[in-house]
Amino acid sequence: MTRPITKTVNVPVADGDGERYTLKMGPQHPATHGVLRVDLELDGETIIKCSPHVGYLHRGFDKIAENRTYAQSLILTDRLDYIAAMANNVGYCVAVEKLLGISVPLRAKYIRTIVCEMSRIASHLLWLATHALDIGAMTVFLYCFREREVLLDLFEELCGARLTFSYPRIGGVRQDVTKNFVDVLQRFVADFPMHIEEYETLIDTNRIWLKRTVGIGVLSASEALELGLTGACLRGSGVDYDIRKHRPYDAYDLVDFEVPISDDGDIYARYRCRMEELHQSGRIIQQCIDQLPPGSIISEDAPDLVMPLHGQRKVEAGSSSYGTGLIRLLEEKEHFPVGDIYVSTEVPKGELGFYFISDGSGRPYRMHMRSPSFIHISALPALAEGSMIADLIANIGTLDVVLGECDR
Amino acid sequence: MESMEIAEKLQDHFSEEVLDICDFHGQVGVVVKRERIVDILRWLRDSPEIKMDHFMDLCGVDNKKRQGKNLLRLEVVYNLYSIPLRHSIRIRAQVPENDASIDTSTDLWCGASWHERECYDLMGISFNDHPNMRRVLLPDDWSGHPLRKEYPLKGREEWSGLEKLKHKVVKLQEFGLSDGTLRTKAERSQTKGNEKS
Repeated sequence: MTRPITKTVNVPVADGDGERYTLKMGPQHPATHGVLRVDLELDGETIIKCSPHVGYLHRGFDKIAENRTYAQSLILTDRLDYIAAMANNVGYCVAVEKLLGISVPLRAKYIRTIVCEMSRIASHLLWLATHALDIGAMTVFLYCFREREVLLDLFEELCGARLTFSYPRIGGVRQDVTKNFVDVLQRFVADFPMHIEEYETLIDTNRIWLKRTVGIGVLSASEALELGLTGACLRGSGVDYDIRKHRPYDAYDLVDFEVPISDDGDIYARYRCRMEELHQSGRIIQQCIDQLPPGSIISEDAPDLVMPLHGQRKVEAGSSSYGTGLIRLLEEKEHFPVGDIYVSTEVPKGELGFYFISDGSGRPYRMHMRSPSFIHISALPALAEGSMIADLIANIGTLDVVLGECDR
Repeated sequence: MESMEIAEKLQDHFSEEVLDICDFHGQVGVVVKRERIVDILRWLRDSPEIKMDHFMDLCGVDNKKRQGKNLLRLEVVYNLYSIPLRHSIRIRAQVPENDASIDTSTDLWCGASWHERECYDLMGISFNDHPNMRRVLLPDDWSGHPLRKEYPLKGREEWSGLEKLKHKVVKLQEFGLSDGTLRTKAERSQTKGNEKS
């Protein structure tokens, strides 16, 4: 027997002159995707003032990197955006290669493009899963993790790690891809559009999803630019800025892909941009597999892989970046120019930039990381102030932040 | 436009301010004085043929152990990029040690706010007229600025709030150890249920 509804309850609505109170959300709140604390000043359920607090994961990477050689700092970049660590590794390697003037063999470029796009898919899947979960769509979470698992297994086959890869090397990659890897990836890419369709049927025209996302967190193109947003957050506002097109690195100028842009600037627009990016990533991987040239996977100039004990250079799974290679890296000072350089790459979250100052000593005089999540969180007040507290969760999700990258 | 051209135009326009132009791997850095930094940035942003609309990066540098003419103790590096015109430039503003401050660029790009807070936090360069000049990554009561060259890698001391935090943890443990034994979650909820009934 169903219980009849006996009475309706009037929920008081904020009228702007109610009593204000402050609420500290986090740092352990599950919807903040890490250790983010947001201090809210509320009037009823309306956010009057929102101030994010970060730094709980600060490890001082800039300072640590100053005291290490270039090859040693690679592992720090794994710990930035741990959801897409591969893209961070590649970003770091591209920057150091540009600084030291190392040219990468074509095969390595293609392999790095493949792993970059794989990590973009893995990151976007995790974003979609948690973003949908925050808003209340539980099923998408399970579907996304099903596909993400395939990618993580592939990464494991490639380099033995599922989270912190350190697979790319300055001057190439550590290991060649296996035939099985290519076959499984090929199958995955062939099936992937079908899976994207699966997610889309769940939420694309879902009434609750639309109510929670359409017209919420709207940013115009000029606002988004002024806030310093990058990646899908900027493209969702209609600015055509993708570093893969603007300043191509690795094999991005050799493959054909489109940059999805939307003019609406709300949460739904950013969601659509990322979903389209999934399609494009699949396309890029397919082209890379088709075009994958034979040849060497590590540059002859790559300083960190010189292993004299083996007679000639060997690239093995067990070869760490420590050891003889490092000593030579320190001794041979002609490798290192004096100057400064800023190189950025398009990681799943946005623009990850590395600014190096080299004084010719073999260790960076100064290394600065421009992490997209740090800037995105600083834009949270612009999105959230004046909206309802429930929309704050959606706004944090749409910015796609990882606190490890934010705090460095 | 080539970065070098922009640098030369900047030099024509602000001949008093520009100290040096350096080129490395095709990236051009302009060393400037700090006094009119906001004017320089505004000119770069608003000139129709330059149009630096994307504030890529800002970071502080300690020049203590670096040789070079025109370099003061500290430096603020701005990396700008033009999305429609696809060119970039780097501005390096020199800041003296005895008065480590520079004007804020948040009026031009509000996204610069946290970049500047980070620069203050880690490098100790304060930004005049910044709306919220506080530490961002380190605790508010931290002493010193870690990215200065004289700051030791392992830090100077424990954070002053650590003792307080440890005390708090001990206190919290006491709640779980009421009768001297550590109980599991299931046991705790069981006793809770008994108390209620």
